[in-house]
Amino acid sequence: MIKIEAIVRPERINSVTQALEEAGCGGFHYQNITGQGRQGGVEVFTGRGGNMAKAAGPKTLLVTVIPDGMRDSVIEAIVESAKGPDGGQIGDGKIFVSPVSNAIRIRTGEDGDAAI
Amino acid sequence: MDSGNTAWMLTASALVLLMTPGLAFFYGGLVRAKNVISTIMYSFIAMAVVSIVWVLWGYSLAFGPGSAFIGDLSLFGLSGIDTKEVYDGYTIPTLLFIIFQMMFAIITPALITGAFVERFKFTTYLVFLVIWVTLVYAPVAHWVWGGGWLGSFGDGALDFAGGTVVHINAGVAAVAAAVLVGKRKDPGLEPHNVPYVVLGAALLWFGWFGFNAGSGLNADGQAVNAFLVTNTAAAAAALTWGLISQFQTGRMSAVGVASGAVAGLVAITPASGFVGVLGALAIGIGAGALCYVAVYIRAKTQLDDALEVFAVHGVGGIWGAIATGIFAVAAIGGTAGAIEGNSGQVVTQVVAVLATMAYSFVATLVILKVLDLIPGLGLRVSGDEEDQGLDLSAHGERAFVRDGAD
Repeated sequence: MIKIEAIVRPERINSVTQALEEAGCGGFHYQNITGQGRQGGVEVFTGRGGNMAKAAGPKTLLVTVIPDGMRDSVIEAIVESAKGPDGGQIGDGKIFVSPVSNAIRIRTGEDGDAAI
Repeated sequence: MDSGNTAWMLTASALVLLMTPGLAFFYGGLVRAKNVISTIMYSFIAMAVVSIVWVLWGYSLAFGPGSAFIGDLSLFGLSGIDTKEVYDGYTIPTLLFIIFQMMFAIITPALITGAFVERFKFTTYLVFLVIWVTLVYAPVAHWVWGGGWLGSFGDGALDFAGGTVVHINAGVAAVAAAVLVGKRKDPGLEPHNVPYVVLGAALLWFGWFGFNAGSGLNADGQAVNAFLVTNTAAAAAALTWGLISQFQTGRMSAVGVASGAVAGLVAITPASGFVGVLGALAIGIGAGALCYVAVYIRAKTQLDDALEVFAVHGVGGIWGAIATGIFAVAAIGGTAGAIEGNSGQVVTQVVAVLATMAYSFVATLVILKVLDLIPGLGLRVSGDEEDQGLDLSAHGERAFVRDGAD
């Protein structure tokens, strides 16, 4: 099992979740977060309209745990759906992949791939 | 007694009261999310505390007979004023005049709080409210409106609705407070809720019609003129501020436009019974530009007047008071300004401004210094309380509860 953590543009989250479902991944969660990477955040007014400064910007963090075999198809689904229609801009986000030692379904006690 | 005038002044009084919660949201949106309840409470509690002070001794000190400098306590608890008594020279009940003036006494100290938000100790603030209204607001109101020396200085200083008494007074007191309470440990980068700021400014704009158009105490042509020039100046200043922001940064800040509207409202306040629409336009444009520059300069100083009370209310109030002496039209308010050849009025206005500034600054400084030295009071919360945020540390409440169960 692996855990996929994808940081994407908030405005892309609907197309990302749709692409995940189409790739056979129907379980995930996501939340709105604040942060910055190479894009360097957003520019905001700091006072009453005379000064602007960089601040960390809004992003969405999506998390899903999948069987090892789905790795490539799920990553491809996220990569393609998280890009805008103009295809690939700084700020589109990142995907982190890490191993997961086990998963347990609370209702039945099943574990491993059967639980996800 | 005139029922039309009485009905309008009841309405105007309610409009002025609404300005204080409007101010609460204007200020509340500008601070960090962990201090918004605290900031709103500074204004809201003034509605409770000052209302009591006003009916007990505040009105008497401001409008009782007394001397040229302060009233006396002969009207303590509004003693001897019955419901049928008509306010001298007008056609409304004296009790209604007291109500209308009470709303001004409430908002003035609430304005000061913008200087010391996010760090001022709430319990000390309660004591400060009582003392400041008694020792600073009441005397200055007496000088200008209560038969005191500024009302009769020269040809009489012109202050239709409280440019000196309310705005310069609060703006200068704010500087004294910011100096004594010191800088915030960690000011936020940006306002936490811009819609609150705009909502608050909108409520202020709305309530200001009562503030200015009510200040003649009659429902007549002068009141209508005051209403119109108030709206004109607010519009001109909002647009001026927004356009400068657009020019300087390439974007028009909503907080900037809201601040501009407030600056225009402040500046037209003393002038609203004396100038026409063209004068109001000039006053509004001047207020937008001057207050914008004042905010810009203040940000480069060490003075942490957190919500720009001096830059908006002080500078806007000073500009408005002087501009009243320039643009006053005899046909509207009975007094000519410099443009109509009465340049002496500008001198009278400057004297009123300087006297208010000097007294308010020194008296506020002394009051706060004494409160700082009294054991158990003190001006500032502890560093830990400031870090935690005053919403939790002073009030035990959170503005935006995001626990899993909500």
